[in-house]
Amino acid sequence: MTEVIVATGLVKRYGDVTALDGLDLAVPEGSVLGLLGPNGAGKTTAVRILTTLLRPDAGTVEVAGVDVLAHPHRARERIGLSGQYAAVDEHLTGYENLEMIGRLYRLGYKRSRVRARELLERFDLAEAGNRPTKTYSGGMRRRLDLAGALVAEPDVLFLDEPTTGLDPSSRTTMWTVIRDLLRQGTTLLLTTQYMEEADQLADDIIVIDHGQAIAHGTADQLKSQVGGERIEVVVADPADLLAAERVVAEVAVGEVHVDEGTNAIAVPVGGGPRDLMVALRGLDVAGVELLDVALRRPTLDDVFLSLTGHVAQPGRERLAGGPGGEAATTVAGGPSGQEVAS
Amino acid sequence: MSALAAAIVDGHVVAKRNLIKIKRVPEVLVFVLMSPIMFVLLFAYVFGGAITPPDGVNYREFLIGGIFAQTVVFGATFTGAGLAEDMSKGIIDRFRSLPMSRSAVLVGRTASDVVYNVLSIAIMSLTGLVVGWRIRGSLLDAAGAYLLLLLFAYAFSWVMAYVGLLVPSVEVINNASFMVIMPLTFVSNAFVPLEFFPSFLQGFVEWNPVSSVTQAVRELFGNAGPATSEVWAMQNPVLYTLLWIGLILVIFAPLSIRRYMRASMR
Ligand SMILES: Nc1ncnc2c1ncn2[C@@H]1O[C@H](COP(=O)(O)OP(=O)(O)O)[C@@H](O)[C@H]1O
Ligand SMILES: [Mg+2]
Repeated sequence: MTEVIVATGLVKRYGDVTALDGLDLAVPEGSVLGLLGPNGAGKTTAVRILTTLLRPDAGTVEVAGVDVLAHPHRARERIGLSGQYAAVDEHLTGYENLEMIGRLYRLGYKRSRVRARELLERFDLAEAGNRPTKTYSGGMRRRLDLAGALVAEPDVLFLDEPTTGLDPSSRTTMWTVIRDLLRQGTTLLLTTQYMEEADQLADDIIVIDHGQAIAHGTADQLKSQVGGERIEVVVADPADLLAAERVVAEVAVGEVHVDEGTNAIAVPVGGGPRDLMVALRGLDVAGVELLDVALRRPTLDDVFLSLTGHVAQPGRERLAGGPGGEAATTVAGGPSGQEVAS
Repeated sequence: MSALAAAIVDGHVVAKRNLIKIKRVPEVLVFVLMSPIMFVLLFAYVFGGAITPPDGVNYREFLIGGIFAQTVVFGATFTGAGLAEDMSKGIIDRFRSLPMSRSAVLVGRTASDVVYNVLSIAIMSLTGLVVGWRIRGSLLDAAGAYLLLLLFAYAFSWVMAYVGLLVPSVEVINNASFMVIMPLTFVSNAFVPLEFFPSFLQGFVEWNPVSSVTQAVRELFGNAGPATSEVWAMQNPVLYTLLWIGLILVIFAPLSIRRYMRASMR
């Protein structure tokens, strides 16, 4: 398979801050690489370098066979970019934005108009197409920006946090849109702070933190790297708990955990589906009725925690500099935050 | 496509976008176009009595040529502000990710501001007519005066484009441009005849391009005879102004384009 995006040894410094610290990446044709990392990890810096918007202090970049640092203009003809903040003109309508982009790609007057209409239709913006984009919702703006990246039908696409700041339903819409694109064979590099998003969309994931790759693999590989597969069953009758525990203990590779409040049993296993079948057969023979059963693998959140020793914090703004800002984000973070607050 | 052709083709697209914005947010324009009117009224009725131009020329007649020059110089701030705003908005990243001409954003901005300058010069002319100013020369000369004003405005747009790229935000642009514009317009013959300046400033006034534009349009509109000053700039104001226009473009167009490329790499 040919690699469409190749970067080696990317370094970018801002004064004392090293935004990228020797990042390597390669994306084979038609596949999706997810750059996964918390805020400030260096994702945007990497995308900006790959898309000619920024020059690295060191490293090489090749996109679609073009040496990006030597021939940025030629690279721009091949790529589509939708950055972290929607790059749309707020005073122009959605239609005018796309038509302008078409003209600037030199598609010609007619083709630009046709293409603008097509894309508005496809991204469910046809109705809003004649309104200035400052009246658009965040999700609409993101979709318009993505449409802008697609005007010239690029083979290589870069999406920087395409769903950050979107509500769950807009996020799902965006995922569907992206999956449709992938079906057409587009090569995609996507950044995200959401483990689930990388899991959903990416073939291959690079976890980055402080400008360095700290892990690399498929979602499954990353999950198994952390280990910790487990079977979870919920029994219908609390009286069966003891019998059930005895059955599943046979496949356990660690301590079996029984929760009497919820009638749930969690069993660490090593053999995945095979262990699950053994356990289920045993439970059937013992006449235990189940309400629920699952084979759980660790989420990518668990992966991140085990790799970096801290949990990635989606949506956390790094400029919340003062102690007040920190406290506010912690409180928003959930139960542990409330302890801090009280 | 050659770099120049590309800059013109893409600049045209960007200029169209800028004009759409003026159409959508006309308030911006209203304030900028009002200020020349204010200047005419202020100078004509407040300071007018205190200043007597040479050769018994009527001060209001004398004033309008100066305010034409002042208007186009001040108007260039519009270019700087527009550009500073562009640089702070997300759309600039879209422009930069496209295989378009690197100078199109600047070419487009300075071009769309010509439309703005045409409007402000038209408003100025009407205001002038109301307070008693008249075109007293030939129509051909008058057309020449308008053309010279527009060319000077265009060139000066590039100066302010550069300033607009230097400032960190739109808010700073007015102060920054005042540092350039105030000395240029006030230490010139635009509002006050040369003879009124202390002698150490007279040299600056005589060679100041704002003085030469002013002198040139006064002569072309038939509002004043040849300058009393003997210096070459004042005796050949049209030619001297054209030289400045060329000089400004040769210096500030490449400077601004370089600055744009660097600033947008942040
Ligand atoms: N223009 C800049 N000036 C100074 N520091 C910057 C700049 N851009 C990014 N950084 C710093 O570089 C690091 C990586 O930033 P970024 O690539 O935006 O991360 P991410 O997109 O993963 O959130 C951060 O520490 C950030 O503060
Ligand atoms: Mg980012």
